[in-house]
Amino acid sequence: METRKNIDLSAIRSRLEAAQGQEYWRSLDQLAQTEEFAAMVQREFPEQAAELKDPVSRRNFLKLMSASLALGGLSSCTIQPSEKIVPQVRAPENVIPGKPQYFASATSLGGIGMGILVESHMGRPTKIEGNPEHPSGSRGSNALVQASILDLYDPDRSQTVKNAGRISAWSIFLADLTQRLSSHEGNGGAGLRILTQTVTSPTLGHQLQALRDKFPQAQWHQYEPVNRDNARAGAQMAFGEPVHASYDVAKAKVILSLDADFTYSGAGNVRHARDFAAGRRIRNGSKASNRLYAVESSPTATGSIADHRLALGTAHIEALALKVAQGLGIDWKGPSISADFSTHDAWIAALVDDLKSNPGQSLVLAGDQQSPAVHAVAHAINHALGNTGTTVHYTAPLEVESVDQRESLAVLVADMNAGRVESLFILGGNPVYDAPVDLDFASALDKVGYRVHLGLYDNETSELCHWHIPESHFLEAWSDTRAHDGLATIVQPLIRPLYKSKSAHDLLAVLTGQPGVPDLDIVLQYWEGQGLDAIAWRRALHDGFVEGTHPEAQSVELGTLQLPATTGSLPEEEDLEIHFRPDPMVWDGRFANNAWLQETPKPITKLTWDNAALVSPTTAERLRLKNEFLAELRFEGRAINAAVWVVPGQADGVITLHLGYGQQRSGRVGRDTGFNAYALRSTAALWSGVGLQVSSSYDNYRLACTQDHHYMEGRNLFRQASLDYYQAHPHFAHEGAHDPPDDLTLHNRTDHQYTGYAWGMVIDLGACIGCNACAMACQAENNIPIVGKDEVLNGREMPWIRVDRYYQGSPDNPQIVHQPVPCMQCENAPCELVCPVAATTHSDEGLNDMTYNRCVGTRYCANNCPYKVRRFNFLQYADRDTESLKLQRNPDVTTRSRGVMEKCTYCVQRINQARIEAKKAKRTIGDGEIVTACEQACPTEAIVFGDINDPNSQVTTLKASPLNYGILTELNTRPRTTYLASIKNPNPKIAEA
Amino acid sequence: MAQVFPRSANWASKASILVGLVLVGSILAIVLNINRIYFVNQVNVPIDQPVPFSHKHHVTGMGIDCRYCHTTVEESAFAGVPPTETCMTCHSQIWTEAPILEPVRASFRDNVPIEWNRVHDLPDFAYFNHSIHVNQGIGCQSCHGQVDQMPLMWKAESLNMEWCLDCHRDPAQYIRPRDQVFNMNYQYPPDQESLGAQLVAEYGVQTSQLTNCSICHR
Repeated sequence: METRKNIDLSAIRSRLEAAQGQEYWRSLDQLAQTEEFAAMVQREFPEQAAELKDPVSRRNFLKLMSASLALGGLSSCTIQPSEKIVPQVRAPENVIPGKPQYFASATSLGGIGMGILVESHMGRPTKIEGNPEHPSGSRGSNALVQASILDLYDPDRSQTVKNAGRISAWSIFLADLTQRLSSHEGNGGAGLRILTQTVTSPTLGHQLQALRDKFPQAQWHQYEPVNRDNARAGAQMAFGEPVHASYDVAKAKVILSLDADFTYSGAGNVRHARDFAAGRRIRNGSKASNRLYAVESSPTATGSIADHRLALGTAHIEALALKVAQGLGIDWKGPSISADFSTHDAWIAALVDDLKSNPGQSLVLAGDQQSPAVHAVAHAINHALGNTGTTVHYTAPLEVESVDQRESLAVLVADMNAGRVESLFILGGNPVYDAPVDLDFASALDKVGYRVHLGLYDNETSELCHWHIPESHFLEAWSDTRAHDGLATIVQPLIRPLYKSKSAHDLLAVLTGQPGVPDLDIVLQYWEGQGLDAIAWRRALHDGFVEGTHPEAQSVELGTLQLPATTGSLPEEEDLEIHFRPDPMVWDGRFANNAWLQETPKPITKLTWDNAALVSPTTAERLRLKNEFLAELRFEGRAINAAVWVVPGQADGVITLHLGYGQQRSGRVGRDTGFNAYALRSTAALWSGVGLQVSSSYDNYRLACTQDHHYMEGRNLFRQASLDYYQAHPHFAHEGAHDPPDDLTLHNRTDHQYTGYAWGMVIDLGACIGCNACAMACQAENNIPIVGKDEVLNGREMPWIRVDRYYQGSPDNPQIVHQPVPCMQCENAPCELVCPVAATTHSDEGLNDMTYNRCVGTRYCANNCPYKVRRFNFLQYADRDTESLKLQRNPDVTTRSRGVMEKCTYCVQRINQARIEAKKAKRTIGDGEIVTACEQACPTEAIVFGDINDPNSQVTTLKASPLNYGILTELNTRPRTTYLASIKNPNPKIAEA
Repeated sequence: MAQVFPRSANWASKASILVGLVLVGSILAIVLNINRIYFVNQVNVPIDQPVPFSHKHHVTGMGIDCRYCHTTVEESAFAGVPPTETCMTCHSQIWTEAPILEPVRASFRDNVPIEWNRVHDLPDFAYFNHSIHVNQGIGCQSCHGQVDQMPLMWKAESLNMEWCLDCHRDPAQYIRPRDQVFNMNYQYPPDQESLGAQLVAEYGVQTSQLTNCSICHR
């Protein structure tokens, strides 16, 4: 294929400088007005004729058209296939066919649990929501939690016990294992090793202890690739003990994030996002806002909502942390601040002043990927500011046993190589794929005589193990975990295992000599041992957590900081740094086979189906790299090829590679997507390293990026101002806007009076962090199909709510903003007028109804939609054959076929349900009673839905705000979905470039 | 060259126009009405079941209320088909040896559900909710016919969209007082038109909304 044209960066810069006012742009291609961009914008669905591979003559076209016209009518003449009704033999209590039930449970990532509510239809879990009753949770959730329901039904999940790659059975494994264990009984378990991921589960910890009681010589190792070693080491450095810090973002007025993506990932992200957004909600009356300073190497969701953001490499972030500490009068031993680091002195001085004037109400967070020194400095700053006890709380570690995981794995590998490991049980994870490459886990594993792997997938590690046991999904097995603040949370299964899978509890029960004890009994026994009676247990199941299990607050003593001498020593100007980060969607690779996560555009890059070597525009120019170039990345003598993606806002000299891609065995979805970052990741450079060499091969690799898709070409789509400007100009969102008068219409205005309910939505752009939770929730709620990389490249991705990401300002450190765009439910809807078969019509409550069974697929409506929110099933995207996927679908929403248009309906199934329930109870629908899927999932509560005819509803109040505006209202569409302009709270002392 | 068709062929060509029109007209008529004939929509065709359950016997003979078996009709979209346990509440005591009930006993004994053949089957894109109809004064009989007179179950109505819309456009024709919903022998009063309008207003039925597409399709 043709290579991309050169993008002239200097021309772009001068153009942006000359631009009047705020200009928002989506991509460098757009700024440079390249042909690719023009092609993408020109047509609603680019490359749509390409479906018929050979050129179609006019004659053939007419033949096809007349045949389809003649046959079109017949498709409605199908006779219903005869169906069965299969009632239960004995009906369980409380199950009402046709009505979902909700159960509290928990999901966990990296050992940190989150309370969830799972929706179940006749025993089938179909959707996950946040558990609003959980003290560390909220109604919201995040994209990973929303998508984890799909993993349960993944047809590529491991389904059977395997011995040396051949299908076997649990009973055969048990017989083999018993024999093996008897050999260990003589020597107290010497040579018996367990490798787990991070364990916070009290029950699992209890079982592991029982195992060590039985086999005193056995050892337990913990490793997962995205671990919190640095946070642990940082606490150790600051306080002399590895305490766990949890943060109360709600109380913080000034926040400094040192590469901490605390609203999107890591411990407590959903809670943090909610508290952060609540702290800057500008409503009538309240004009107070918190202020966020973010320093990061690659743009993240958190960085995009920051009031001030700097893009810096690892050493620069360390130096900045030291300067802030210096400004606050904190002493340390070890490094001195490099004299070269002075570019941001004014910025830092203003930040220090801001922190100083908010003692006890400020917060400094260090990212899990930052060095221990940064964590230690962050602790010292929080301590100096008096934040301990207000915004920062210290407790004992959440892990059952807090270890340095990097060291734990290194010890295991050394022992394996020395032949000291006879039997190894790997409970979860995929260390062959994701262990640091210098440890060469695979060859060390080969020296172990007896290897057992328990995993959700038959992956690279299972391939090298004697036995592979399929692991139960968290919705299939009992367990427990701890939330980010340490609250013990019960993991309650919603369904019996779909396959013959086992949980870690089952396997450990065998090892501790209790084979066959059900996992429920194991968990229950542990909690009974903790003094939980039957009533308290029922209550814990209902609420989802065990009351009173918060770890006790730990008082900490800050010693003199002893930091490594290399902290903050800047690399040479020319040196390239490589950064490894968990992927925002597939994380460490565990979600690689989750098609929803693969296809949802990543929050900042908008890439789908691949990761890429992310590079800043300036560095790309220096290295002569362009988008989609395949570059060779050479680091510490190892090399991989990866496609390049230029990211405005990336730190210069830093190339970020996300983990989790390039798996060979993960299943049909994840196989051969992206590039394997683990092949470069060593123990010494777990998160970053200097000395990367990049050479472009001038080959191309197509990346499916959606940033230029569905471009609205409108004026002033995104509106924002600073808090000061807003106070002086409360109506700034409408300055220069052209909103046509109400009576300007060709419609008969008496057609729709909206005397009953009138549904509307407001999206607060100031709160949106672009996390995709809404898009993922919509995907699960509305049975939205996925289309695959090739179809995304054709511009045919299907999400009903897309999150548009715009840049503003210079490509080097632009401001990044997000705008979720669902169907606007226009009162004067352009789509309705052009439908020849009345498949899209206006409802009495103001919805643009979409009737799939009427749609004949002319696509006129999509063509006429200025917001580009209509999605067309060009092919049979919905999978109708895979049995397990059928179980996931929401039975209240039609699964669409090929040739049908679809779009957001404001979750009309939820509206109808609420209307029916209200009518039966002879009342009206209350405000907040209907919650759309996107609104429910939004961690920052940025989306508000309700009745705009109700003068007291939240949505009406918000629509009355001067910040409220509609997009493309100059077209007189009268959208029901409107936006609240974003309000930033920049520090006046920092002169904005 | 001699003419191929004699002059007398003219009437045939004229007639063929007429025949053609009739032909096209009848094809159209067939296509448009095909869903109205019982052969297609199976109206009044009894459906075989694993156990020849007689509503006539249980409702008229024994006086069992609809809701004894269809327990969720007032609260859920789905009226509910009784579990085997419900059958066995009586049939563990009476007709315990009847060969005809062996599938029921086998189901209860072996814990294997009975697979009933669906009689009323809407397309998957139509979302019907029993509870709202029952609560708003639409009798069972209005859609299901005189179930109390059916020895085997059959469809009494076509369940086509035009049939649904007949009521959705003007529910006053069929609405009845809430306490008469389960009455199989309810007689509409002569002043149904005015009583119906009164009930529509009283029950808060928003007639204009009932023809919105999203009321049934989503």
